[in-house]
Amino acid sequence: MATSQKAARLGEEVWKTRVDKVNAELVTLTYGTIVSQLCADYDNDYAQVNQQLDKMGYNIGMRLIEDFLAKSNTGRCGNFRDTAEMISKVGFKIFLNITPTVTNWTADNKQFSLLFDENPLADFVELPDDGRAQDELWFSNIFCGILRGALEMVQMSIEARFVSDVLRGNDVTEMRVTLIRYIEDEMPPDDE
Amino acid sequence: MGTVAIYSLFIINKSGGLIYYKDYGSAGRMDTNDSLRLASLWHSMHAISQQLSPTTGCTGIDLLQAHNFDLHCFQSLTGTKFFVVCETGAQNMEILLKTIYELYTEFVLKNPFYEMEMPIRCELFDLNLAQVIQKDRVALLGR
Repeated sequence: MATSQKAARLGEEVWKTRVDKVNAELVTLTYGTIVSQLCADYDNDYAQVNQQLDKMGYNIGMRLIEDFLAKSNTGRCGNFRDTAEMISKVGFKIFLNITPTVTNWTADNKQFSLLFDENPLADFVELPDDGRAQDELWFSNIFCGILRGALEMVQMSIEARFVSDVLRGNDVTEMRVTLIRYIEDEMPPDDE
Repeated sequence: MGTVAIYSLFIINKSGGLIYYKDYGSAGRMDTNDSLRLASLWHSMHAISQQLSPTTGCTGIDLLQAHNFDLHCFQSLTGTKFFVVCETGAQNMEILLKTIYELYTEFVLKNPFYEMEMPIRCELFDLNLAQVIQKDRVALLGR
């Protein structure tokens, strides 16, 4: 648990000293506009919207990771459990001032859940009641893409997806993160 | 005083392509082809140095010292490399490289129209970089 406390301290410190803040509503409203515009553009094909959000997040994550590394001044994580702690207590902390709970580890330490007690993206949001959005749209799906993009840049191939969302009437907002593999160094294959 | 502490700065992407080059000294100026070749050469040498290491967890060359220049290299965890060629014994180059890395995350990666892994053409980056280098030179001259 030492890593967890260290990560929490680090996140707190970076958040306090090195991050520019903006009005939370600006973020919420901007993101809400993007999602609703996507829904309009894709004729409420929510599967497509989820996919687009994920793709946008992926592109953000690939860039954001360097900012994260530069700000947090951190080295490589020893294992996937440390990675999870860093994501929650430093990553989410410095960019959104939230620390989702890391839980539900599988025995092989390759899969965990992030429980979002609060989610700045989803304040004020009520999903459209067309009978489908509640079952098909993952409103905050951009998070999944961001994690995937960011971790890919530091040699981790992962899959992230939401499994429940309070917006849909579930009790918790839960994201499932699975480590697929560590991407080995991109050495040229045996050029002897 | 014609003392110039830093001769040149290179940034190479994770596949070894030169994405930024700037020279500051009158000495050691080179044309585009040479700088490109040198960058990919350094990329390979950096990779080889990791294989050469007898211990695990080696992250490659940080400092190369020659009798008339030093080369300081910083590699981020994503594999982007920043290196400066400077006078021998120039101090605080790690801090300078870290600062340049921060400028890169700020003014290059956060520019939505910058394409990842492509050559850097961002005015704000140039501007801020010039300031940082200028400051550093003054500091070095004032020693």
